[in-house]
Amino acid sequence: MLKIQHLTKIYTPGDVLALEDVSFDAPPGQFLAVIGLSGSGKSTLLRCINRLVEPTSGKVFLDDIDVTAANNDEMRLIRRRIGMVFQHFNLVHRSSVLTNVLAGRLGYVNPFWSLVNRFPKVDVEKAHRQLERVGIGDKANVRADNLSGGQQQRVGIARALMQDPDVILADEPVASLDPVLAHSIMQYLEKINKEDGVTVLCSLHFLDLVHRYADRVIALNAGRVVFDGLPKEIDDVKFKEIYGQDAERVG
Amino acid sequence: MAMKKQRSLLKSILLGLVILLVLVIYAYGFQVTKVNLDETREPRRQTQLTRILRALARPDIFTYDKEEFVVSLAVYTPCPADGVTLPEPDTSGPYMIMTPVCADPKSEVTVEGFNFEPNIEGPLNFIPPSGVSLQMGAIQTDADGHFIATVELPKRPDTVAQEIRAVTRRNIGGPHFSKNAIETWAKIVETVFMALLATTLGVAIAIPASFLAARNIMTPITSPFTSMALSILTLPIGAFIGARAALWMRALSDRLTGNIWVNLLALALIPGLIWFGLRWALPPEEVKKPSQGLRIARLLVMFAMSLLVILVLFLISALMMRIGQALVPPLKDLGFLGKFVAALGDILGLITPLLSALVGAGVLVSASGRLGQWIVEHSSAALNRSANLVLGTAAGAALFAMLGAGIDWLYQFENLALTLVIPAIVGGVLGAVTAIVLSRRATLPIGFVIYTIMRTLFNGLRSIESLVMVIVFTVWVGIGPFAGVLALALHTIVSNAKLYSEQVEAIMAGPLEAVTATGANRLQTIIYAVIPQIIPPYISYTMYRWDINVRMSTIIGFAGGGGIGFLLIQNINLLNYRAASAQMLAIAVVVASMDYISSKLREKAI
Repeated sequence: MLKIQHLTKIYTPGDVLALEDVSFDAPPGQFLAVIGLSGSGKSTLLRCINRLVEPTSGKVFLDDIDVTAANNDEMRLIRRRIGMVFQHFNLVHRSSVLTNVLAGRLGYVNPFWSLVNRFPKVDVEKAHRQLERVGIGDKANVRADNLSGGQQQRVGIARALMQDPDVILADEPVASLDPVLAHSIMQYLEKINKEDGVTVLCSLHFLDLVHRYADRVIALNAGRVVFDGLPKEIDDVKFKEIYGQDAERVG
Repeated sequence: MAMKKQRSLLKSILLGLVILLVLVIYAYGFQVTKVNLDETREPRRQTQLTRILRALARPDIFTYDKEEFVVSLAVYTPCPADGVTLPEPDTSGPYMIMTPVCADPKSEVTVEGFNFEPNIEGPLNFIPPSGVSLQMGAIQTDADGHFIATVELPKRPDTVAQEIRAVTRRNIGGPHFSKNAIETWAKIVETVFMALLATTLGVAIAIPASFLAARNIMTPITSPFTSMALSILTLPIGAFIGARAALWMRALSDRLTGNIWVNLLALALIPGLIWFGLRWALPPEEVKKPSQGLRIARLLVMFAMSLLVILVLFLISALMMRIGQALVPPLKDLGFLGKFVAALGDILGLITPLLSALVGAGVLVSASGRLGQWIVEHSSAALNRSANLVLGTAAGAALFAMLGAGIDWLYQFENLALTLVIPAIVGGVLGAVTAIVLSRRATLPIGFVIYTIMRTLFNGLRSIESLVMVIVFTVWVGIGPFAGVLALALHTIVSNAKLYSEQVEAIMAGPLEAVTATGANRLQTIIYAVIPQIIPPYISYTMYRWDINVRMSTIIGFAGGGGIGFLLIQNINLLNYRAASAQMLAIAVVVASMDYISSKLREKAI
């Protein structure tokens, strides 16, 4: 169970209020979509959960562990339970696909052996299995920047899966991909959610994707939660509230 | 509209003023740099320029073996009273005839030569009985080996026969490299290797140093006051323990290396032991936290293994020195290879205690950082605050006392109160005040402080050219290429560390974020997200530095740093421009070809 309580983030310098008093619980196994305009605080919210961004106030609990109070060593143990998938894939371009996937295991392996670039054999086998699972088992030894966008995002998912995560944070995972690829990536996330029971928090732009994949939607506007409910509950009034008065529904 | 016009007028006036100001600046520049056009037009200067350009155009590279021909002619000046009868010249070889046969001093005569080598030149000298030759003129033979020279007899009247001598030289055999060319070759080789060693040494140190000067790596490092105070106190202790441990291991190694077989046996067995020890103490992956007892046992094993690693380094060092020295006599001309192996062994033996001290300090500092963190998290506020007060006072005192000791070493005040007691008190008070003022949970930007210190150090040292640095090194290790290598290496460290660190700062943040999100610690993040990204710029800057070092090593000899510059400045000072020209040519060829090679390699590497 992931609990977010009164989360507020103010970026310094500039005192930009990115999140304001955001609270919600994500029960295990839920597929939770986070929507909102660009700059509404979706990315900040996801990054505050694994403290890539340090929240200004408020608390995050993962199964009753206070994430916001954890020190460096404890953070390592928490982060390895939370996989993350990014809009721009964030692969290390010059490294091989396999190395990128194995990097997902870094929270588990002894740092001393990382120094000499050694991963346990079981991890290497596991990495190959994850690549098979996302359908690019033959690309293990290719340099990451030689893959297409869709393939790179699959590597990103495989990397997150290496962590044996309880939660996956997906920050606009399909925003840089064309619609066909978008569905294929979303289907992988759905599969992980349904088969492995992993909680997925996924920020999305397109409402049709939300309707198709999400169990629940949280909408942010200027850092505040303006909607929390089922996807089908978003009517035209709610839509205007989330996206502003000038917005029009597409499709 | 009127406003607009006024504004544009104001703009024009401002522009005019700026142009005027620029002109004045340049005028002053002309004044202080003593631009002197009259000097450039003066005939004497122009002749000198012509002379040096002609000398430079004929670099002293090839030479011929020469054979000297001397042709003599007896001459009377003034004419003796009883007239002159000269023997008939031997017309089978080269000979000279003077017309008139004799003449008064300071009178003009014509000297004609026959049967000389065609198209050669040489001086025409007058030799009085004292034997000191006076040059009267020069000869230049035509294609038939004939010349006519009109010269003035010197004012050396004598009753006995004096001598006119034509000296000509003839090349024998083909051209061969001159002594200067051979020296230049030896020195240019020295120069290239100076650049190679300086680049290697400098880059090897600059790469790790660059991470300490990278903002994006260092600024996230923060620590609470308790950790910082503890770290300052334990840093020298850790370094001391590390150095001590190395000394013990060296003593042990000295016993083992007495017999080469024992040495070899130890080297064969200990690394295996280390491997098994490390495998046990560092499990590749742990899902659960191990028990306290197991962790302590692992720590002890790790400590023992570190000692063994130090021992092995010493054993290797001793073995290399032994093998290297043994190789020198049988290798004969290739004996330098043996010396190299021995020198590498020596270097290994020298840096092992240093490394050990560094590791000792690092381990203890990181352990005390964790301890500090633990104290902050698990002790009551009152306890933490009083601990901070004690630790802060001690750390401040220790820090300032060390600074004082450093200052004393430089300036030799020899006054303990001034360099030890007072700084310690000031530091202690400052530490105590900081401990009281700061919140105990406040995180101090220790990484940012290190970053700032490193950057300042690099920027400061970088602005001192290696040509200046070499002066310190020539005093330390003597005039010669080694001093040049050290100076170039130091400059390489400071300037490349800065260039590298800028590249670390310029990496894409995305992969860094992604690897951090997996739970990787800082070291792992650097290895898996930073290093792959910085390899191409690091290679490119290393090549760039290699180019600079080749260039610099050609002139570092001006300041005593060895290499071809040493020869060049000597020849310039001796006004030996033809020799200097050969060295300039060599520099041009080497620099241009190294430039070409490195640009080709850079294309390949990236």
